[in-house]
This record gives sequence, structure tokens and C-alpha cells, in this order.
Amino acid sequence: MDWSPIWLTLKLAATTTSILLLIGLPLAWWLSRGKSVLKTIIDAFITMPLVLPPSVLGFYLLLALSPQHGLGYWLSHKFNIQFVFSFPGLVLASVIYSMPFMIGPIKSALQQLPLSLSHASYTLGKSETETFRKVLLPNIRPSLLTAIVLTFAHTLGEFGVVLMIGGNIPGVTRVASIAIYDAVENMDYAAANNYSLILFALTFIIVIAVFIFNKHSAKSPLE
Amino acid sequence: MIVINIEKKMRTYAGHQVLKVDNWIETGTITKITGPSGSGKTTLLKIIAGLVQPEKGKISFNGQVWLDTVQKHNLKPQKRNVGFVFQNYALFPNMTVLQHLQYATADAAWIERLLHFGKLETLTKHKPEFLSGGQQQRLAILRALAIKPQLLLMDEPFSALDYDMRSELINDLGKLIKELNATCLIVSHNPNEVEHIATNMIKIA
Repeated sequence: MDWSPIWLTLKLAATTTSILLLIGLPLAWWLSRGKSVLKTIIDAFITMPLVLPPSVLGFYLLLALSPQHGLGYWLSHKFNIQFVFSFPGLVLASVIYSMPFMIGPIKSALQQLPLSLSHASYTLGKSETETFRKVLLPNIRPSLLTAIVLTFAHTLGEFGVVLMIGGNIPGVTRVASIAIYDAVENMDYAAANNYSLILFALTFIIVIAVFIFNKHSAKSPLE
Repeated sequence: MIVINIEKKMRTYAGHQVLKVDNWIETGTITKITGPSGSGKTTLLKIIAGLVQPEKGKISFNGQVWLDTVQKHNLKPQKRNVGFVFQNYALFPNMTVLQHLQYATADAAWIERLLHFGKLETLTKHKPEFLSGGQQQRLAILRALAIKPQLLLMDEPFSALDYDMRSELINDLGKLIKELNATCLIVSHNPNEVEHIATNMIKIA
């Protein structure tokens, strides 16, 4: 069995989750504080991948990042960066596609914390950053874990968007979900079954782990 | 001297109402704030602490301007050295009693004294969820005192305490506030609660 699609999938999921954690924490915090037209628009863009067909997102990313024109041309000629049919392209697509799974739970948890917690911290002389790090973040730990796990698990199962932007290049962009599709196309059901079983087991272990970790504070890993 | 002259629109069930306060308070005194529910007592404390901004107004503390809406000046709450006891306590669920105080101050001797004052010495490793209502309220008071505030704002700070504990704590608190030379504003519904330590009263209509 060729293990490279599994390793590539895990690498993609880990990279995407790490990037989204870095982007997601400050962004979710900003979105959770007050309302504005700009915030509503950004929130809508972040949430859209939940309902948008992955092929639509993949198609527009393919157009935008194609080295023949626009942004893709500029990136390719100015910085020699190629996103289409490459691993960085998969990461970029996954980051956009999985963003609501990271931002949603964190933003929602921050909104549910009483405002008086931040206020109490400010009156103790603490900055907004210190308040976020020492008061808010520790009190949304279960939701943070849920966000990380959902993002990781969602990236494991991505298909349409990664196929559009990355294609099916063995060892470069051929992730497990595409390897399953490819195997079925070639009537190699044994290989498809192997990959499917591994993804099935991985997902099950992840969800069980969240249930155990969050047993005191959440009834479902989606909470 | 604290000079407060503010106007703040507030949304209520009956529509909008305007909170107007024009008062001055001598520093080093204890002032009781009374008024009917929904009249804006809590909002007033939050405005003084810098947590809520009024549409119009000016607040100064001993000559230092904290808020001036005309000059668009609003000193951050972090810079005001104001201790605040919230009505809902606003304790941090992730911190123990000791961690609450250590978060506010690095002065170990002061922490020890506060723990003794609030009778929480034996509960230092407890998180808020394992404290009774009265213990939580005492912790909220101790946390506000931990920064040795120049101004202490207390929103219904004794409501969860039993009679004996309340009387003792109010007396000790009066002494501690005097020792810190702090000015104190206490919101209270109870007509006799802080009568013997409060020297002034502000009534909000």
C-alpha cells in the first residue's frame, strides 16, 4: 500500500490547523467584540465555505491563482510562488475552506463569556492582550479544542476544493480522499478500502478523544 | 475631589431614559449610591471606571481629567487605578482564590493580609465554582482591594453575606479604606447597610 496520500493528508491537516489557529484566535476575538458592517461582511465571507459547494471555491481559487493572469501571475513572476497544483496551494485552499470550523466555535465561546470578566481584568490594570491570554482563553478551552479538532478532521476529508486547486499529483497533491476516488475509478476496491478504513479510524479516534477531554463541559464535540 | 458631570442614554424596557449625574465627591470618603432598579447606578460606576462611555460629560479625579467628551479624552480603565466589585462578582472560573489575588498584585504580604481580612485563608486553592455565594462575594472584594485602589467602586457588594459576616466585613472594610486613603462609592439597596461608614449619599432618580 502507498502510504504517501495518508502522510500528505496528515501533513495538510496539521499545517492547515496550525495556520488557522494563529489566524483564528485574533480574528475570532475581534469578531466577538461588538458589531459593525465590516465585521458582518467578513463574518459572512468566513462562513460562506460552510454552504458553498467546494468546487465553486476551488474553481475561483484556480482562476485567481493561475500563473497566467492576475494575482497568480503576479505571485509567480514577482516571488516565484506557484499555488496551483502544489502543496502550498492545497494549504491555502484548506485554510479558506476550513476557516469557519476554527473561527465559529471560538467566536461563539468568546461571545458567551460575560463581558464583566474582561472588565474586571481591565480594572486590575491588565491590557487587552493579557486579558485575552490569561482570562478569556483559559475559559474557552473546550471550545478551542473543539475548533482545533473540527478543523483537523474537516481537512482530512476535503475533496472538491483540493482536487480543483491541486489536482492528483502523487506525493505532491494526492491526498487520501483523492486516492480513494482514484482507486475506485481504477476498480481497485482493496486500496480504496484501505484508505477509507484509515480515515474512518482516524476520525473516530479524534471524536472519541474530544468526548473524553470535554466530558465535563460538553455533551457533544460540536458544542 | 472627584467631579462627575455626565449624561448617558440608556435603553430600558419602557424605551430610552437619560442618566444625568452632576456631583462632586470629597476624596477619602465613603459615598452610598441609591436609587430605584434600572435608574443607572451600575452604569454610573462603569462610566467612572472607564468601562462605559457616556455621550456627554466630564470626570476628573483630584484634578486629573479622566473623561472629557468635548476634548475626546478618555483615560483607559487600566490607567485609573480603580477597584471594582461587580454585582455578578465577575470571578475568573479558571483561577483559584490565590491566583485571583496574584493576578492583581505581586505583593505577597498584602495578599496574605487580604486573605485574612476576607477569611479565605483556608480556601486559597479553591476555584470560584467550589465557593459559596458569600465566599465568592468576599473574593470579589479582596480582588478589587488587591490593587490598592485610589477609588473603590462596589456594586451591591454585601448582598450574599449573612448578617454577622456583613457587619464585621463592613466595619473592617471601613478601616481598610481609611488606611488606603481610598475613596469609595457603594451601590446599595439596603437602607441600613452602610449607613455607619458612609459619609455622603448620592440619590439617582
